[in-house]
Amino acid sequence: MKGTIKLALAGSPNVGKSTIFNALTGGRAWVGNWPGVTVEKKVGVMKLNGYKVEVVDLPGIYSLTAYSIDELIARNFIIEERPDVVVVIVSAINLERSLYLAVSLLELGVNLIVALNMVDLAEREGYVVDVKKLEALLRVPVVPTIAIKGIGIDKLKNIIIQSISNPRRNPAIVDYGDPIEKAISRLCSFMKTHTPEVVHTYHPRWLAIKLLENDRDVVEKVKLLPKGDLLINMANEMRKELESVVGDLEVYMVNQRYAKILEIVDKVVRRVRVKGISVSELLDTVLLDKFLGLPITITSIYLMLYFAYNVSLPLVDLVDALFSSLADYTRLILQDKAPLLASLLADGIITGVGTVLVFTPMIAIFYILVAILEDVGYMARVVFVLDKVLHRFMLPGKAIVPLILGFACNVPAVLSARTIEDENDRKTVIMICPLSTCSARLPVYLIIASAIFGTYAALAITSMYVLSIIFALVIGFLFKSFIFKGPSIGFIMELPPYLMPQSRTVLIKTWERTKRFLTKAGTVILAAAILVWLLSITGPKGLIGPEALEDPALLKASWVGAIGRALQPIFTPMGWDWGATIALFFGFMAKEVVVSTMAMVYGAEETSLGRAILAHFSPLSAYAYMIFVLLYVPCVATMAVIRSEIGLKYAVLTIMYQMVLAYLASLAVMFIGMILGLG
Amino acid sequence: MTDPIKLSEAEVGKAYEVIKVEGPALIRRRIMDMGIIPGAKIKVLRLAPLLDPIEILVRGVPLSIRRAEAQYIIVRETS
Repeated sequence: MKGTIKLALAGSPNVGKSTIFNALTGGRAWVGNWPGVTVEKKVGVMKLNGYKVEVVDLPGIYSLTAYSIDELIARNFIIEERPDVVVVIVSAINLERSLYLAVSLLELGVNLIVALNMVDLAEREGYVVDVKKLEALLRVPVVPTIAIKGIGIDKLKNIIIQSISNPRRNPAIVDYGDPIEKAISRLCSFMKTHTPEVVHTYHPRWLAIKLLENDRDVVEKVKLLPKGDLLINMANEMRKELESVVGDLEVYMVNQRYAKILEIVDKVVRRVRVKGISVSELLDTVLLDKFLGLPITITSIYLMLYFAYNVSLPLVDLVDALFSSLADYTRLILQDKAPLLASLLADGIITGVGTVLVFTPMIAIFYILVAILEDVGYMARVVFVLDKVLHRFMLPGKAIVPLILGFACNVPAVLSARTIEDENDRKTVIMICPLSTCSARLPVYLIIASAIFGTYAALAITSMYVLSIIFALVIGFLFKSFIFKGPSIGFIMELPPYLMPQSRTVLIKTWERTKRFLTKAGTVILAAAILVWLLSITGPKGLIGPEALEDPALLKASWVGAIGRALQPIFTPMGWDWGATIALFFGFMAKEVVVSTMAMVYGAEETSLGRAILAHFSPLSAYAYMIFVLLYVPCVATMAVIRSEIGLKYAVLTIMYQMVLAYLASLAVMFIGMILGLG
Repeated sequence: MTDPIKLSEAEVGKAYEVIKVEGPALIRRRIMDMGIIPGAKIKVLRLAPLLDPIEILVRGVPLSIRRAEAQYIIVRETS
């Protein structure tokens, strides 16, 4: 072993960064968070010629400014952790823009390798990139790759080995012109003589440029260093002088960088034939059509949900059967020897964990579909088509993915909000995610609606979905208007060319996401299941025993019963009895548990539950109950992920606003119904 | 020479040249980092079915941008 090498992988979205990451590391990655923030950090390991290379996947970024959290993370990682090699992925079909990131990295003074990806697509578009010339102009190695076919990866690995012993840097890639270059070198020599500590941390030229640009993060950090304020004052004065010559310095610097890039692109791109119309353009004329665009988008979302629900149904039943037979078996062997333990395992842990795990097949299938749509490039189009609706409610376009996912399960929905850049937007979206009516709520609607509304059942259920969307949007709007104000970040998104989905990328993505669902949901569920079980078999008068879970009269005497009876008066206006109230309490675990609890409390089998419901609810109180189930509290697993994503404070806030909202909404249903004489 | 207009008022199918990028520092920098800087050529490809956002072609790359941000980009029609 020759030692450990730290390699950072940088690139904009849609350049094939994750494909290259998987190709280098074999797809196995340790996934965690960057310190202090919930931006995902992926680290993989690659064995190379006796070196152990630690590959760190930087967030997908376009630039290295201090304006976005992702860019700051990438930048600070490079400054603080000093990776031995940085590989930047540059897209051959998007050369100008992706070279901007490469140039920014060069200025940072890193040992850089350029992976020029998607060279095949460039040829399809009718041009070739002269790699040798590009290498000569950038003065760092350039490796052409077609990552999805694995082409160029071995060459890239070779170049990585070479660059370990022979680092190549080119921080002065851009010449900013006479007055600015003079200012930069004056600042650099000042640093060397007066503030050597600064030079220790930062590359002097880069720091001089950032100080002239008045980069807020750099200014703040330099201020804390000895004599840092001297340096800042000097830069500020220079900026004033320079701006009287060239105008806004930040704009000028960006212009100079792009001018340099254009000069490079001009020299290295050779058009081999006239550009024809591409498949992507052709597809977009249909998929984004003025009239067809919206129906196509809504149909595809609907099909995705339909497919995920139906294809997973047998698998969901299978997992369900697996858990109930496991519970039965546990009871069978332990019942006589240790009845309490048998009940804890069977009724508490196995049943409780099972109620959540039954959703795994559906979530996995949903994830596969989402990953395919992302890989193909259609997800960006869905955002493009529906953005206006979300924008009207002050929400980011990217909120669409979490809200759609929420229809399957709120846990992955909350987790998928990570792609939203702005912190305020992300908090808002996470907090409205539980309003997406997840698949666990469907059985509750089904059993109540079919028992009470007869032929109008389908209408009642559909109305839940419509209300779910309306509530999510309106509440989101209220959050953005009153709580998470702050500036909204510019919504500029690339519409990448359509590509064939890669089974490897899709499966890796699906596996990572499903695994996250299982670990996040699984851990809390266990504790919650035990707690609910304990509250059911004990009461104010002490131990009741596992029989309480089968006998409604005994359950009434348990803590759960006590809570139900204590809370029941609150629900008197809605006309719900203590049984209906208790069912809601158990619904904390997972909403579909409401059904089985009602069956138990009303002493009915799941098949005869309809008649029991008819006896305990009026049509109005039943509809109010459905609305309450739609809106009240996220399930335990969702609460846990909200907490781990944005903190306890917001998790509590979510629970509280949902309780209030659910109560008011169901009360409103009763009130309006009474006025209309439906009571 | 045509008069400068905001990109949010530009017409589908026409080509423009960027004259100036305005707006709050954060939005302006984001726009510029995407390559939308003075001198850059922009073609308006289409409007979303609900008329916002708009799809533009900048440096060979199709981008989606909300009208709210497009209003900060001052352009002039080119033939």
